[in-house]
Amino acid sequence: MASLKDLRVRIASVKSTQKITSAMKMVAAAKLRRAQETVEAARPYAERMERMLGSLAQAAAGQDGAPKLLAGNGRADIHLLVVGTADRGLCGGFNSNIVREARRAAEKLTKDGKTVKILCVGRKGRDQLRRFYGKQIVDTIEDVAKPRVTFETSEGIALRIIQMFEAGDFDVCTLYYARFKSAMTQVVTGQQLIPFAVEDKAADQAEGTTGGAKAVYEYEPDEHEILADLLPRNLAVQMFKALLENSASEHGARMTAMDSATRNAGEMIDKLTLTYNRTRQAVITKELIEIISGAEAL
Amino acid sequence: MAEGRVGFELVSPERLLLSEDVEMVVVPGAEGDFGVLPRHTPMISIVRPGVIRVFENGAVKESIFVAGGFAEVTPERCTVLADLAMPVGEIDRAATEQQLKDAREDLADAKDDQARKVAEKAVAVAEAMLQAGQA
Repeated sequence: MASLKDLRVRIASVKSTQKITSAMKMVAAAKLRRAQETVEAARPYAERMERMLGSLAQAAAGQDGAPKLLAGNGRADIHLLVVGTADRGLCGGFNSNIVREARRAAEKLTKDGKTVKILCVGRKGRDQLRRFYGKQIVDTIEDVAKPRVTFETSEGIALRIIQMFEAGDFDVCTLYYARFKSAMTQVVTGQQLIPFAVEDKAADQAEGTTGGAKAVYEYEPDEHEILADLLPRNLAVQMFKALLENSASEHGARMTAMDSATRNAGEMIDKLTLTYNRTRQAVITKELIEIISGAEAL
Repeated sequence: MAEGRVGFELVSPERLLLSEDVEMVVVPGAEGDFGVLPRHTPMISIVRPGVIRVFENGAVKESIFVAGGFAEVTPERCTVLADLAMPVGEIDRAATEQQLKDAREDLADAKDDQARKVAEKAVAVAEAMLQAGQA
Protein backbone atom coordinates (compact mmCIF):
# COMPACT_ATOMS: atom_id res chain seq x y z
CA MET A 1 0.00 0.00 0.00
CA ALA A 2 1.11 3.54 -0.68
CA SER A 3 2.69 5.25 2.27
CA LEU A 4 1.10 8.25 3.96
CA LYS A 5 3.64 10.57 2.41
CA ASP A 6 2.95 9.27 -1.10
CA LEU A 7 -0.74 9.89 -0.59
CA ARG A 8 -0.15 13.40 0.68
CA VAL A 9 1.96 14.21 -2.36
CA ARG A 10 -0.64 12.84 -4.74
CA ILE A 11 -3.46 14.76 -3.11
CA ALA A 12 -1.45 17.97 -3.38
CA SER A 13 -0.72 17.37 -7.05
CA VAL A 14 -4.31 16.59 -7.96
CA LYS A 15 -5.39 19.70 -6.09
CA SER A 16 -3.08 21.92 -8.11
CA THR A 17 -4.27 20.30 -11.33
CA GLN A 18 -7.82 21.07 -10.28
CA LYS A 19 -6.90 24.69 -9.71
CA ILE A 20 -5.49 24.93 -13.22
CA THR A 21 -8.50 23.30 -14.88
CA SER A 22 -10.99 25.42 -12.99
CA ALA A 23 -9.05 28.58 -13.90
CA MET A 24 -9.02 27.50 -17.55
CA LYS A 25 -12.72 26.89 -17.38
CA MET A 26 -13.37 30.38 -16.13
CA VAL A 27 -11.11 31.95 -18.72
CA ALA A 28 -12.86 29.95 -21.44
CA ALA A 29 -16.25 31.04 -20.14
CA ALA A 30 -15.25 34.70 -20.31
CA LYS A 31 -13.79 34.31 -23.79
CA LEU A 32 -16.82 32.35 -24.89
CA ARG A 33 -19.11 35.17 -23.96
CA ARG A 34 -17.09 37.60 -26.03
CA ALA A 35 -16.78 35.24 -28.95
CA GLN A 36 -20.51 34.59 -28.88
CA GLU A 37 -21.24 38.30 -28.98
CA THR A 38 -19.02 38.78 -32.02
CA VAL A 39 -20.63 35.85 -33.80
CA GLU A 40 -24.05 37.32 -33.26
CA ALA A 41 -22.91 40.79 -34.30
CA ALA A 42 -21.44 39.44 -37.53
CA ARG A 43 -24.48 37.43 -38.49
CA PRO A 44 -26.58 40.24 -40.09
CA TYR A 45 -23.86 41.04 -42.62
CA ALA A 46 -23.37 37.43 -43.66
CA GLU A 47 -27.12 36.91 -43.93
CA ARG A 48 -27.71 39.95 -46.09
CA MET A 49 -24.70 39.13 -48.21
CA GLU A 50 -26.12 35.70 -48.81
CA ARG A 51 -29.49 37.10 -49.72
CA MET A 52 -28.02 39.57 -52.16
CA LEU A 53 -25.79 36.96 -53.70
CA GLY A 54 -28.68 34.54 -53.95
CA SER A 55 -30.72 36.90 -56.10
CA LEU A 56 -27.71 37.92 -58.15
CA ALA A 57 -26.67 34.34 -58.74
CA GLN A 58 -30.15 33.54 -59.99
CA ALA A 59 -29.98 36.38 -62.44
CA ALA A 60 -26.52 35.44 -63.69
CA ALA A 61 -26.81 31.66 -63.54
CA GLY A 62 -28.50 31.21 -66.89
CA GLN A 63 -26.12 33.49 -68.73
CA ASP A 64 -22.90 32.60 -70.44
CA GLY A 65 -19.64 33.78 -69.05
CA ALA A 66 -20.70 33.66 -65.42
CA PRO A 67 -17.70 34.27 -63.17
CA LYS A 68 -15.64 31.21 -62.39
CA LEU A 69 -16.02 31.63 -58.65
CA LEU A 70 -19.74 31.15 -59.15
CA ALA A 71 -19.90 28.52 -61.83
CA GLY A 72 -16.61 26.73 -61.24
CA ASN A 73 -14.03 26.04 -63.91
CA GLY A 74 -15.84 23.03 -65.27
CA ARG A 75 -13.64 20.44 -63.60
CA ALA A 76 -13.78 18.69 -60.25
CA ASP A 77 -10.49 16.81 -60.16
CA ILE A 78 -8.52 18.63 -57.52
CA HIS A 79 -10.20 19.33 -54.23
CA LEU A 80 -8.90 21.79 -51.70
CA LEU A 81 -10.01 21.17 -48.13
CA VAL A 82 -9.65 24.15 -45.84
CA VAL A 83 -9.59 22.75 -42.33
CA GLY A 84 -10.24 25.29 -39.60
CA THR A 85 -9.19 24.18 -36.14
CA ALA A 86 -7.86 25.77 -32.98
CA ASP A 87 -4.24 26.63 -32.30
CA ARG A 88 -4.34 25.09 -28.86
CA GLY A 89 -5.48 21.83 -27.38
CA LEU A 90 -7.16 20.96 -24.09
CA CYS A 91 -10.60 21.55 -25.51
CA GLY A 92 -12.10 18.07 -25.51
CA GLY A 93 -12.87 16.52 -28.85
CA PHE A 94 -13.10 19.84 -30.67
CA ASN A 95 -10.04 19.54 -32.91
CA SER A 96 -10.33 15.78 -33.41
CA ASN A 97 -13.94 16.07 -34.50
CA ILE A 98 -13.15 18.56 -37.22
CA VAL A 99 -10.11 16.61 -38.36
CA ARG A 100 -12.06 13.37 -38.44
CA GLU A 101 -14.71 14.91 -40.67
CA ALA A 102 -12.07 16.33 -43.00
CA ARG A 103 -10.26 13.00 -43.14
CA ARG A 104 -13.44 11.18 -43.97
CA ALA A 105 -14.03 13.56 -46.86
CA ALA A 106 -10.42 13.24 -48.00
CA GLU A 107 -10.59 9.45 -47.97
CA LYS A 108 -13.80 9.44 -49.95
CA LEU A 109 -12.41 11.84 -52.54
CA THR A 110 -9.19 9.85 -52.85
CA LYS A 111 -11.19 6.69 -53.39
CA ASP A 112 -13.11 8.42 -56.17
CA GLY A 113 -9.80 9.12 -57.86
CA LYS A 114 -9.64 12.84 -57.06
CA THR A 115 -6.59 14.70 -55.88
CA VAL A 116 -6.86 16.18 -52.41
CA LYS A 117 -4.97 19.19 -51.15
CA ILE A 118 -5.27 20.55 -47.66
CA LEU A 119 -4.93 24.06 -46.30
CA CYS A 120 -4.80 24.12 -42.51
CA VAL A 121 -6.05 27.09 -40.56
CA GLY A 122 -4.92 26.44 -37.02
CA ARG A 123 -1.96 24.53 -35.63
CA LYS A 124 -3.78 21.59 -34.10
CA GLY A 125 -5.38 20.52 -37.34
CA ARG A 126 -2.01 20.47 -39.05
CA ASP A 127 -0.45 18.43 -36.23
CA GLN A 128 -3.12 15.78 -36.57
CA LEU A 129 -3.35 15.75 -40.35
CA ARG A 130 0.38 15.74 -40.94
CA ARG A 131 0.61 12.07 -40.01
CA PHE A 132 -1.69 10.97 -42.81
CA TYR A 133 -1.49 13.67 -45.43
CA GLY A 134 1.92 15.21 -44.82
CA LYS A 135 2.62 15.84 -48.47
CA GLN A 136 -0.82 17.10 -49.37
CA ILE A 137 -0.83 19.94 -46.88
CA VAL A 138 -0.28 23.05 -48.93
CA ASP A 139 0.24 25.41 -46.04
CA THR A 140 -0.76 26.20 -42.50
CA ILE A 141 -2.11 29.52 -41.33
CA GLU A 142 -1.65 30.09 -37.62
CA ASP A 143 -2.71 32.54 -34.96
CA VAL A 144 -5.88 33.65 -36.72
CA ALA A 145 -7.62 34.32 -33.42
CA LYS A 146 -4.82 36.33 -31.84
CA PRO A 147 -5.72 38.61 -30.18
CA ARG A 148 -9.10 38.22 -31.84
CA VAL A 149 -10.55 37.24 -35.19
CA THR A 150 -10.54 40.25 -37.50
CA PHE A 151 -12.06 40.69 -40.89
CA GLU A 152 -8.65 41.57 -42.35
CA THR A 153 -7.24 38.15 -41.51
CA SER A 154 -10.17 36.41 -43.14
CA GLU A 155 -9.82 38.64 -46.17
CA GLY A 156 -6.17 37.63 -46.42
CA ILE A 157 -7.01 33.94 -46.31
CA ALA A 158 -9.77 34.41 -48.87
CA LEU A 159 -7.37 36.25 -51.16
CA ARG A 160 -4.89 33.41 -50.89
CA ILE A 161 -7.55 30.87 -51.82
CA ILE A 162 -8.68 32.95 -54.79
CA GLN A 163 -5.13 33.32 -56.04
CA MET A 164 -4.64 29.56 -55.82
CA PHE A 165 -7.90 29.04 -57.66
CA GLU A 166 -6.95 31.43 -60.42
CA ALA A 167 -3.57 29.75 -60.75
CA GLY A 168 -5.45 26.49 -61.30
CA ASP A 169 -4.16 24.80 -58.16
CA PHE A 170 -7.57 23.33 -57.40
CA ASP A 171 -11.09 23.06 -58.82
CA VAL A 172 -13.35 22.73 -55.81
CA CYS A 173 -12.85 24.23 -52.38
CA THR A 174 -14.59 23.07 -49.22
CA LEU A 175 -14.27 24.61 -45.79
CA TYR A 176 -14.49 22.58 -42.59
CA TYR A 177 -15.26 24.21 -39.28
CA ALA A 178 -17.37 23.72 -36.17
CA ARG A 179 -20.61 25.67 -36.14
CA PHE A 180 -21.41 27.00 -32.71
CA LYS A 181 -24.72 25.75 -31.42
CA SER A 182 -24.26 26.02 -27.67
CA ALA A 183 -21.45 25.68 -25.17
CA MET A 184 -22.16 21.95 -25.09
CA THR A 185 -22.70 21.24 -28.78
CA GLN A 186 -20.68 22.17 -31.80
CA VAL A 187 -21.63 20.89 -35.19
CA VAL A 188 -18.82 20.11 -37.61
CA THR A 189 -19.84 21.60 -40.94
CA GLY A 190 -18.43 21.19 -44.42
CA GLN A 191 -19.25 24.18 -46.60
CA GLN A 192 -18.45 24.40 -50.27
CA LEU A 193 -16.88 27.76 -51.05
CA ILE A 194 -15.85 27.41 -54.69
CA PRO A 195 -17.86 27.12 -56.83
CA PHE A 196 -20.38 29.03 -54.79
CA ALA A 197 -23.31 26.84 -53.81
CA VAL A 198 -26.49 28.84 -54.13
CA GLU A 199 -28.71 27.93 -51.23
CA ASP A 200 -32.37 27.61 -51.93
CA LYS A 201 -33.10 29.28 -48.68
CA ALA A 202 -31.31 32.47 -49.68
CA ALA A 203 -33.09 32.52 -53.00
CA ASP A 204 -36.44 32.00 -51.33
CA GLN A 205 -35.80 34.89 -49.02
CA ALA A 206 -34.91 37.14 -51.89
CA GLU A 207 -38.15 36.25 -53.57
CA GLY A 208 -40.15 36.71 -50.41
CA THR A 209 -39.08 40.32 -50.04
CA THR A 210 -41.02 41.43 -53.07
CA GLY A 211 -44.22 39.69 -52.20
CA GLY A 212 -43.70 36.29 -53.80
CA ALA A 213 -42.88 37.55 -57.26
CA LYS A 214 -39.37 36.98 -58.48
CA ALA A 215 -37.28 39.98 -57.60
CA VAL A 216 -36.27 41.89 -60.68
CA TYR A 217 -33.34 44.02 -59.72
CA GLU A 218 -31.66 46.73 -61.64
CA TYR A 219 -27.94 46.43 -61.52
CA GLU A 220 -25.50 49.24 -61.33
CA PRO A 221 -23.02 48.92 -63.09
CA ASP A 222 -24.12 45.41 -64.27
CA GLU A 223 -24.48 41.88 -62.94
CA HIS A 224 -21.05 40.73 -63.94
CA GLU A 225 -19.19 43.63 -62.48
CA ILE A 226 -21.07 43.40 -59.23
CA LEU A 227 -20.58 39.66 -59.11
CA ALA A 228 -16.88 40.05 -59.78
CA ASP A 229 -16.73 42.29 -56.73
CA LEU A 230 -19.22 40.48 -54.58
CA LEU A 231 -17.93 36.92 -54.93
CA PRO A 232 -14.44 37.45 -53.49
CA ARG A 233 -16.04 39.55 -50.80
CA ASN A 234 -18.50 36.80 -50.01
CA LEU A 235 -15.65 34.33 -49.71
CA ALA A 236 -13.99 36.59 -47.15
CA VAL A 237 -17.26 36.97 -45.29
CA GLN A 238 -17.88 33.22 -45.21
CA MET A 239 -14.33 32.73 -44.00
CA PHE A 240 -14.83 35.37 -41.35
CA LYS A 241 -18.05 33.77 -40.20
CA ALA A 242 -16.40 30.35 -40.05
CA LEU A 243 -13.47 31.66 -38.03
CA LEU A 244 -15.79 33.38 -35.59
CA GLU A 245 -17.98 30.31 -35.21
CA ASN A 246 -14.88 28.21 -34.78
CA SER A 247 -13.46 30.38 -32.05
CA ALA A 248 -16.77 30.43 -30.17
CA SER A 249 -16.98 26.65 -30.54
CA GLU A 250 -13.43 26.23 -29.32
CA HIS A 251 -14.06 28.17 -26.16
CA GLY A 252 -17.34 26.37 -25.60
CA ALA A 253 -15.68 22.99 -26.01
CA ARG A 254 -12.84 23.98 -23.74
CA MET A 255 -15.22 25.20 -21.09
CA THR A 256 -17.14 21.93 -21.10
CA ALA A 257 -13.96 19.85 -21.12
CA MET A 258 -12.42 21.80 -18.27
CA ASP A 259 -15.64 21.63 -16.30
CA SER A 260 -15.64 17.85 -16.36
CA ALA A 261 -11.89 17.77 -15.69
CA THR A 262 -12.43 19.88 -12.59
CA ARG A 263 -15.20 17.55 -11.46
CA ASN A 264 -13.08 14.47 -12.04
CA ALA A 265 -10.24 16.01 -10.07
CA GLY A 266 -12.67 16.65 -7.21
CA GLU A 267 -13.75 13.02 -7.19
CA MET A 268 -10.16 11.90 -7.26
CA ILE A 269 -9.33 14.13 -4.29
CA ASP A 270 -12.25 12.72 -2.30
CA LYS A 271 -11.16 9.16 -2.98
CA LEU A 272 -7.54 9.84 -2.13
CA THR A 273 -8.46 11.67 1.07
CA LEU A 274 -10.54 8.70 2.16
CA THR A 275 -7.67 6.29 1.56
CA TYR A 276 -5.33 8.67 3.31
CA ASN A 277 -7.49 8.82 6.45
CA ARG A 278 -8.00 5.06 6.49
CA THR A 279 -4.28 4.47 6.21
CA ARG A 280 -3.59 7.00 8.93
CA GLN A 281 -6.01 5.25 11.30
CA ALA A 282 -4.55 1.87 10.46
CA VAL A 283 -1.08 3.13 11.31
CA ILE A 284 -2.26 4.51 14.67
CA THR A 285 -4.04 1.24 15.52
CA LYS A 286 -0.97 -0.72 14.59
CA GLU A 287 1.21 1.42 16.82
CA LEU A 288 -1.21 1.06 19.75
CA ILE A 289 -1.26 -2.71 19.39
CA GLU A 290 2.51 -2.74 19.37
CA ILE A 291 2.70 -0.67 22.58
CA ILE A 292 0.01 -2.72 24.38
CA SER A 293 1.46 -6.09 23.39
CA GLY A 294 4.89 -4.79 24.45
CA ALA A 295 3.53 -3.81 27.90
CA GLU A 296 1.78 -7.18 28.30
CA ALA A 297 4.94 -9.05 27.53
CA LEU A 298 6.67 -7.51 30.58
CA MET B 1 -42.65 49.80 -41.25
CA ALA B 2 -44.23 53.21 -41.15
CA GLU B 3 -45.89 54.44 -44.34
CA GLY B 4 -43.78 56.66 -46.57
CA ARG B 5 -40.49 55.75 -44.92
CA VAL B 6 -37.52 53.67 -45.95
CA GLY B 7 -36.17 50.89 -43.77
CA PHE B 8 -32.49 51.68 -43.80
CA GLU B 9 -29.85 49.25 -42.63
CA LEU B 10 -26.11 49.80 -42.51
CA VAL B 11 -24.07 46.68 -41.81
CA SER B 12 -20.34 46.17 -41.58
CA PRO B 13 -18.74 42.72 -41.34
CA GLU B 14 -18.28 43.14 -37.62
CA ARG B 15 -21.72 44.37 -36.68
CA LEU B 16 -25.07 45.93 -37.55
CA LEU B 17 -24.39 49.65 -37.30
CA LEU B 18 -27.74 51.21 -38.00
CA SER B 19 -31.23 49.93 -38.51
CA GLU B 20 -34.07 52.40 -38.57
CA ASP B 21 -36.87 53.84 -40.66
CA VAL B 22 -35.85 57.08 -42.29
CA GLU B 23 -37.26 59.60 -44.73
CA MET B 24 -34.55 59.31 -47.34
CA VAL B 25 -30.99 58.11 -47.70
CA VAL B 26 -28.41 59.18 -50.26
CA VAL B 27 -25.91 56.49 -51.13
CA PRO B 28 -22.69 57.04 -53.09
CA GLY B 29 -23.13 54.52 -55.90
CA ALA B 30 -20.41 53.45 -58.31
CA GLU B 31 -22.09 55.46 -61.07
CA GLY B 32 -23.06 58.48 -59.04
CA ASP B 33 -24.94 59.21 -55.83
CA PHE B 34 -28.50 58.04 -55.64
CA GLY B 35 -31.26 58.91 -53.21
CA VAL B 36 -33.59 56.23 -51.93
CA LEU B 37 -37.19 57.08 -51.15
CA PRO B 38 -40.02 54.61 -50.52
CA ARG B 39 -41.14 52.55 -53.56
CA HIS B 40 -37.73 52.79 -55.18
CA THR B 41 -37.08 50.33 -58.04
CA PRO B 42 -35.33 47.20 -56.78
CA MET B 43 -31.66 47.50 -57.53
CA ILE B 44 -28.25 46.32 -56.48
CA SER B 45 -25.31 48.64 -56.76
CA ILE B 46 -21.66 48.83 -55.87
CA VAL B 47 -20.93 51.56 -53.35
CA ARG B 48 -17.82 53.67 -53.82
CA PRO B 49 -15.93 55.22 -50.91
CA GLY B 50 -17.92 58.26 -49.82
CA VAL B 51 -20.54 59.57 -47.46
CA ILE B 52 -24.01 58.17 -46.84
CA ARG B 53 -26.46 60.87 -45.84
CA VAL B 54 -29.56 60.12 -43.85
CA PHE B 55 -32.33 62.70 -44.35
CA GLU B 56 -35.00 63.55 -41.85
CA ASN B 57 -37.57 66.34 -42.43
CA GLY B 58 -35.71 67.49 -45.51
CA ALA B 59 -32.39 67.97 -43.72
CA VAL B 60 -29.33 65.81 -43.25
CA LYS B 61 -29.60 64.06 -39.91
CA GLU B 62 -26.58 61.83 -40.07
CA SER B 63 -23.53 61.56 -42.30
CA ILE B 64 -21.65 58.30 -42.27
CA PHE B 65 -18.45 57.60 -44.16
CA VAL B 66 -18.21 54.20 -45.88
CA ALA B 67 -15.15 52.74 -47.54
CA GLY B 68 -17.05 51.03 -50.33
CA GLY B 69 -19.37 48.04 -50.31
CA PHE B 70 -22.72 47.09 -51.80
CA ALA B 71 -26.23 48.42 -51.59
CA GLU B 72 -29.46 46.52 -52.10
CA VAL B 73 -32.60 48.54 -52.62
CA THR B 74 -36.14 47.22 -52.62
CA PRO B 75 -39.39 49.22 -52.56
CA GLU B 76 -39.47 48.97 -48.77
CA ARG B 77 -35.90 49.07 -47.68
CA CYS B 78 -32.31 49.91 -48.41
CA THR B 79 -29.50 47.75 -47.12
CA VAL B 80 -25.90 48.86 -47.34
CA LEU B 81 -23.14 46.32 -46.78
CA ALA B 82 -20.15 48.49 -45.99
CA ASP B 83 -16.52 47.44 -45.82
CA LEU B 84 -15.91 49.98 -43.13
CA ALA B 85 -18.16 52.68 -41.75
CA MET B 86 -17.79 55.56 -39.31
CA PRO B 87 -19.61 58.80 -38.58
CA VAL B 88 -18.08 61.72 -40.48
CA GLY B 89 -17.52 63.54 -37.20
CA GLU B 90 -15.12 60.87 -36.03
CA ILE B 91 -12.72 61.15 -38.94
CA ASP B 92 -9.28 62.01 -37.64
CA ARG B 93 -7.63 64.32 -40.15
CA ALA B 94 -4.03 63.74 -39.15
CA ALA B 95 -4.44 59.96 -39.03
CA THR B 96 -6.17 59.94 -42.40
CA GLU B 97 -3.45 62.06 -43.99
CA GLN B 98 -0.89 59.60 -42.66
CA GLN B 99 -2.97 56.76 -44.10
CA LEU B 100 -3.07 58.48 -47.46
CA LYS B 101 0.69 58.96 -47.41
CA ASP B 102 1.27 55.32 -46.49
CA ALA B 103 -1.13 54.15 -49.15
CA ARG B 104 0.61 56.26 -51.82
CA GLU B 105 3.96 54.80 -50.77
CA ASP B 106 2.52 51.30 -50.96
CA LEU B 107 1.24 52.10 -54.42
CA ALA B 108 4.68 53.26 -55.51
CA ASP B 109 6.26 50.10 -54.06
CA ALA B 110 3.63 47.74 -55.44
CA LYS B 111 5.26 44.96 -57.42
CA ASP B 112 2.46 42.90 -58.89
CA ASP B 113 -1.06 43.64 -60.04
CA GLN B 114 -2.62 42.30 -56.88
CA ALA B 115 -0.61 44.59 -54.61
CA ARG B 116 -1.23 47.54 -56.89
CA LYS B 117 -4.96 46.95 -56.82
CA VAL B 118 -4.99 46.80 -53.04
CA ALA B 119 -2.91 49.97 -52.75
CA GLU B 120 -5.02 51.83 -55.31
CA LYS B 121 -8.10 51.03 -53.31
CA ALA B 122 -6.47 52.20 -50.09
CA VAL B 123 -5.52 55.50 -51.75
CA ALA B 124 -9.06 56.02 -53.02
CA VAL B 125 -10.50 55.28 -49.58
CA ALA B 126 -8.13 57.66 -47.80
CA GLU B 127 -8.78 60.43 -50.35
CA ALA B 128 -12.53 60.06 -50.02
CA MET B 129 -12.20 60.05 -46.27
CA LEU B 130 -10.23 63.31 -46.28
CA GLN B 131 -12.78 64.90 -48.56
CA ALA B 132 -15.59 63.75 -46.32
CA GLY B 133 -13.81 65.19 -43.30
CA GLN B 134 -13.53 68.61 -44.95
CA ALA B 135 -17.10 68.89 -46.06
